[in-house]
Amino acid sequence: MSAAVKPVKGSGAGGARDLFGLRTWFGHHQSLSILVIVCIIAMVLPVVSVLPPFNGFGTQKDWVAGFAQAGVFVLLALGLNVVVGFAGLLDLGYAAFFAIGAYTFAYAASGFTGLDIPFWPMLLVGAITAAIFGVLLGAPTLRLRGDYLAIVTLGFGEIVPVVFLNADKYTNGTNGITGISQPSLHGLFGIYGFGFTNPWPYYVTILAIITVVVMLLYRLQDSRLGRAWVALREDELAAASMGINTVTTKLLAFSIGASTAGLAGVFYASKLGSVTPDQFQFQVSFTALAMVVLGGMGNIWGVAAGALIIYELQSQGLKQLDAFVKALHLPALALGPINIDIGAINFLNLQYLLYGLALVLMMLLRPEGLFPSRRRRRELHEEPAVDELTSPDPTGERE
Amino acid sequence: MTEATTMTTASAATATAAATAPLLDARAVTKRFGGLVAVRSIDFDIPLGSIVSLIGPNGAGKTTFFNVIAGVYELSDGEISFNGEVVVARPRRTWAEPIFWFLIPTILLVLAIGALLVGIVPIGEGLILATLAAVIPALLVALTRPRWYVAMLARFGIFRSSRPNEMVSLGIGRTFQNIRLFANMSALENVMVGMHSRMHATPADAALRLGRHRREEEAAVKDARKWIRYVGMAGYENEAARNLPYGHQRRLEVARALASQPKLLLLDEPTAGMNPVETREMTELIARVRKDLGVTILLIEHDMKVVMGVSDRVTVLDHGEKIAEGSPDEVRANPRVIEAYLGRGAASA
Repeated sequence: MSAAVKPVKGSGAGGARDLFGLRTWFGHHQSLSILVIVCIIAMVLPVVSVLPPFNGFGTQKDWVAGFAQAGVFVLLALGLNVVVGFAGLLDLGYAAFFAIGAYTFAYAASGFTGLDIPFWPMLLVGAITAAIFGVLLGAPTLRLRGDYLAIVTLGFGEIVPVVFLNADKYTNGTNGITGISQPSLHGLFGIYGFGFTNPWPYYVTILAIITVVVMLLYRLQDSRLGRAWVALREDELAAASMGINTVTTKLLAFSIGASTAGLAGVFYASKLGSVTPDQFQFQVSFTALAMVVLGGMGNIWGVAAGALIIYELQSQGLKQLDAFVKALHLPALALGPINIDIGAINFLNLQYLLYGLALVLMMLLRPEGLFPSRRRRRELHEEPAVDELTSPDPTGERE
Repeated sequence: MTEATTMTTASAATATAAATAPLLDARAVTKRFGGLVAVRSIDFDIPLGSIVSLIGPNGAGKTTFFNVIAGVYELSDGEISFNGEVVVARPRRTWAEPIFWFLIPTILLVLAIGALLVGIVPIGEGLILATLAAVIPALLVALTRPRWYVAMLARFGIFRSSRPNEMVSLGIGRTFQNIRLFANMSALENVMVGMHSRMHATPADAALRLGRHRREEEAAVKDARKWIRYVGMAGYENEAARNLPYGHQRRLEVARALASQPKLLLLDEPTAGMNPVETREMTELIARVRKDLGVTILLIEHDMKVVMGVSDRVTVLDHGEKIAEGSPDEVRANPRVIEAYLGRGAASA
């Protein structure tokens, strides 16, 4: 379809310039260009991390380990974007599917059950398991919209970690499941188990997963299903009256979104080697949602970039801000009874305050996100009416 | 319109074959909202290949009747058959439907509890898992209502009216009184959404970029362009629907409905808010759709010039009841119609 629909999207509005024919080329070789882009990013990120000022913040190894971790959140944001950005269903319990993916792998490859199923097939199993739970969550929420939907998904997001916490016999409760196997290539490229010390295999693995997910999401976005999602978001009754089965379409959004979180969960459990219920609290859902909103709902690359930026800001940015302010040795100000000592503030603890601030500012100044989709921009910033533009009118039928 | 002839639907062929059989046949249709009777025991049929208009003062029940046909509302009484098949009627024996969902899971659960009571714990736990696993497909079938499931229910006398999307698959397309385009999608995308029910590529086909998906998409883009040209909007394909001039939005709605290849097209006040020139163009479009494509049309309209110009037959509703039916001229002369519109006394004056 790249051949068929791309001209419509790219050449259409007249505003988009075709730089050296690159846009056309990308349109015709979508998956290849996604691969190329991810490869470039994969090479650029480690290089950037050894350049000043970033090399002062940590070794390249630390950075790469951080990127691998950020990749988990990129996956979460990509999946949540399907539910929230494409289909317009507000999901506040997304971490539940992340948890389900992680526990699926924990059961399949740890001393807890005694099983040792390899990582690679479990990626698929984790995705499918999460997708099934996506349907289970989707089913009771089909008639709900907006606030009501958000509350039900919030409830689901709370139930899942609580079940993992309290079903001691099956989940080992608070202590979680430890001793989960690492991925292994069984000697391919001379790599056996990935271990805990070398971040590079994880980095490459998560980028590979992200590449595949982005390719699939692009294909779905440009298909009959992708159009049905957007139509559903725009006007549910009109969508139904155009022959779209709203039930199937919503369930597919929930399950495809959940399966991406399942992938992230399997990778996360394997990388960390342990899962506990407190890793999947509401903050994770919230962070993923913030990444989607700040990155630009509905835009695949936008939410991926948003996730990376937010993850790095919160893991590195806050730490460096903290160190920077401490290094200034600001004197404590005493204004009567109030003591202001900026040097004593731990900025790492202010993470959610800063999140909130960023979200408020974003919603006021740029509600469509950092990298909005064309559609979302249209929605939030009304364009001038057609009559004022010099638009082609070959039929000459307008009065 | 050369492309129009190539797009002629199957209904055009059948139009000549069985010109007398009604395409849509409503019997004693009643719709109550609480104590309010919006539509009261209306008999109504639409002959194949005709243009039938539904008129009446505000609040006469026109749009309610329309929505019943489109599958938006459940019916309080009566039944509607389309193409000889009952598609809307009062729900029957719906209480029995959950039996089908819970039959297998319940059996498994009883066995599981039995096993646990007897003391065979592993089998009991396994059966509980099987119960959960059985719930999921049952749930999916119950929610998505595939055709075989509906047919199976019908064999047991369980009936639920078709949903709006099923109506489209059967061949009923519609437009809305207040324009309901997908505002942020382009004109072309809007029409492509209209084709949804005539496309068959699955998400898996799209994910794997199978030839089936690609060919279907290419054909869909081509057809969508044709429909946009057909309603006289060439050049606006990539314009967001929200940015289109009002008259074009109305025509785009018609194009979107036509893209689903309907046998019956429901038009809800297609010329509301239009100037005389736009109204004339819309009237011509309606006549052309019937002539070129053989599509049967049900029209709700306030503009009498439109109604009298294109209709084969006019039905007048007032306070949810049918007060007159006949050719435009007959209806115009009918004293009850004049009374409904202008009040008692006007008829004799």
